Amino acid sequence: MNYWPLLGIAIVVIGFVVRFNPVAVVVAAGLVSGLLAGKPIGELLALLGESFISNRALLLFALTLPAIGVLERAGLREHVHAWILKLRGMTLARLLIGYLGLRQILSMIGLTNVAGPAQTVRPLLAPMSEAAADKTFGAVDADERQRLLALAAATDNVGLFFGEDVFVAIGAVLLIQGFYAQNGIVLEPLHIALWALPTAIAAFVIHAIRITLFQRALLRRRADG
Amino acid sequence: MASAGLLDIGAFYWLLAAFLLYAAWRNASDRRWMHAGFWLVLALMFAGGDTILAARKGGNPLPAQLAGIGVIALGVLAIRMRREPHAEAPAALRLASAQRLGHWLFVPALLIPLLTILVVLFGPKISLAGRPLLGNGSATLIGLAMASVIAALAAIVVTRQPAIAAPAEGRRLLDTMGWAALLPLVLATLGGVFAASGVGDGIAALVSAVIPTDSALACLLAYAFGMVLFTVIMGNAFAAFPVMTAGIGLPLLIQRHGADPAILGSLGMLTGYCGTLLTPMAANFNLVPAALLELDDPNAVIRAQVPTALPLLLVNLLLMAALVFR
Repeated sequence: MNYWPLLGIAIVVIGFVVRFNPVAVVVAAGLVSGLLAGKPIGELLALLGESFISNRALLLFALTLPAIGVLERAGLREHVHAWILKLRGMTLARLLIGYLGLRQILSMIGLTNVAGPAQTVRPLLAPMSEAAADKTFGAVDADERQRLLALAAATDNVGLFFGEDVFVAIGAVLLIQGFYAQNGIVLEPLHIALWALPTAIAAFVIHAIRITLFQRALLRRRADG
Repeated sequence: MASAGLLDIGAFYWLLAAFLLYAAWRNASDRRWMHAGFWLVLALMFAGGDTILAARKGGNPLPAQLAGIGVIALGVLAIRMRREPHAEAPAALRLASAQRLGHWLFVPALLIPLLTILVVLFGPKISLAGRPLLGNGSATLIGLAMASVIAALAAIVVTRQPAIAAPAEGRRLLDTMGWAALLPLVLATLGGVFAASGVGDGIAALVSAVIPTDSALACLLAYAFGMVLFTVIMGNAFAAFPVMTAGIGLPLLIQRHGADPAILGSLGMLTGYCGTLLTPMAANFNLVPAALLELDDPNAVIRAQVPTALPLLLVNLLLMAALVFR
């Protein structure tokens, strides 16, 4: 076994730790691993190019940017802010926990692409969170605002990851089923999906507790200060 | 082809190429050469995508090799790209517009998810004049792309802005993200190169060489932490699952220690997802949102996820230990 291509991983890790430009680090790691695996330059370049083009769907989200940009220019964030401030009983924790539950349920029924950082977090959830925070805490400083937005983006991820595994018809469950089928073990997709439920519930509970603790810590900071 | 679909994903790649070309052109006229070059190279690769793949399949590697050089060029240009956000429309203007338009502003924003769902649910069943509505590509991707275009048109109509505002404002956001927008794509590329270079096999061989295989619990821990570690490295639990399950799960846990494959597979994958929450390699989930929200710390989203990921990992380990060997 040729272990030298593993050096590519070391390059990625070191590159991320010293905060060199990630795009450059990743391209360099690919070149190094390919060369150490003994691939000729021509073949390696073709592999790099073909692999890139085959994955180009990952940039399709950029097509959402014009619509979001126009709406932001027309005051979408300002409107969301004003609207949330008017809603009675809305707190930051209620908003984020509600979003977490909704995102998990939507993912469980297969609607994974309904939300996401470009589709919902930047245009809707981020300004809603800021407004809810203003309402809950009076005002937030720059550092708190950054942590708050990061928590909103994290909430979207947790909801997606620990919902989609319960859905049978796409992604993870089919990958698991397909892998086992190739190795002679035949399983029902639904059977695999059901065993994702305990973790989905645990993810909701743990993240909801964290959101509540975040809100409580910020409230306490105001009570003390 | 008589049965070719009306809406091909290829058409939307051309549209994306045109958008990238526009971004390149605007940056060139602002003398931001690195940004201009970056988006230009990317526009060419999106425009030539289908041709490159077809040529490679037909045995001509030259276009793919040129694309490979393009990838290297993107890496070099990215080093010199600095993040300097463009000015937004004045706050007073946005506030006045918000008061005038009110809830109408939600309509185009909500069109993106709603139309995506409709295309996913009904798109494959629709045909017009004997031709199916959807052509090559997944219904989800075509749905998202189509929804984005319609939402942009709706946004123009609702806000009564000139049509050029759509690409112009889109370019503002694209430049704000800069190279971070491309990270998911280059990381997936790296996954392809790693797989072709035997990196996964090497890791599986290393892990199974160092664990005491007689202990079921040791094997389970190796499998779980292997999933986390490999996901952190590759940024993707889907890449880790076949490697770890073929290396440890199947031969040691299932065949030797009698683990339940359905439970092991499901919980194993979810253990990998805990790793996804921790790694900058999962750029589309962890770094892209930080860039989109214009956070100072690119790892801010990961920091917000660590305290959820670690307790959840513990819960998952306990569930596995309790359920897998029933």
